[in-house]
Amino acid sequence: MIRVQREDFDVGAELAALAHGQPGIGGIASFIGLVRDVARGEPVGAMTLEHYPGMTERQLAAIETEARERWPLDAVLIIHRFGRLEPGERIVLVATASAHREAAFASCQFLMDWLKTQAPFWKLEETPKGARWVDAEASDEAAAARWTQD
Amino acid sequence: MKLLYFAWLRTRIGKAEERVELPAGVTTVAALLDWLRSRGPAFAEALKDTRILRVAVNQHYVGWNHPIHPSDEVALFPPVTGG
Repeated sequence: MIRVQREDFDVGAELAALAHGQPGIGGIASFIGLVRDVARGEPVGAMTLEHYPGMTERQLAAIETEARERWPLDAVLIIHRFGRLEPGERIVLVATASAHREAAFASCQFLMDWLKTQAPFWKLEETPKGARWVDAEASDEAAAARWTQD
Repeated sequence: MKLLYFAWLRTRIGKAEERVELPAGVTTVAALLDWLRSRGPAFAEALKDTRILRVAVNQHYVGWNHPIHPSDEVALFPPVTGG
């Protein structure tokens, strides 16, 4: 399931709902991305996430489909926020549920790695020197690429 | 054709979207970029480095040689930084 929203989310409630009514699920792996208060040595007062409505949902759904083809998953949840967020606020939640932990852990990491390089979001950071668009990281490309090497 | 610009491409070009009439002969993404660069210094500057440019046609990532049509939605943006 994919959700792109401005509002915050309740992690406990989301994870409980994910497994509800599916007693075959043996474990849920989750990742929660937060806004940091520093980037490249500069304090960050806030960041604004812009996205491409329509394509964002399409890309996230495609990433979910890919994960479900690679691992035996009983449930997948991706929530990504947009708009202005302050340090400590939640940006993203990825959760994967499976009968066993290996598939849940691996697919959760896969989803985050792919999301970072495929989902059309852009971050604008507010720093004391002014607002700046965050550059893509080569390390994110490398993290996504390792899933295509085997 | 509907054109969309995001992130710093949007701020450098000065608009989020526009509708354009494609000149004859502009039938690929590469040709579209060449034509857009000829529309003024803001376009030329924003679109000069294709290493930091990504293109989606009808909400799918495409390469420079992908064909384009007047009914397409074409989005230009920098490499993504979500998550």
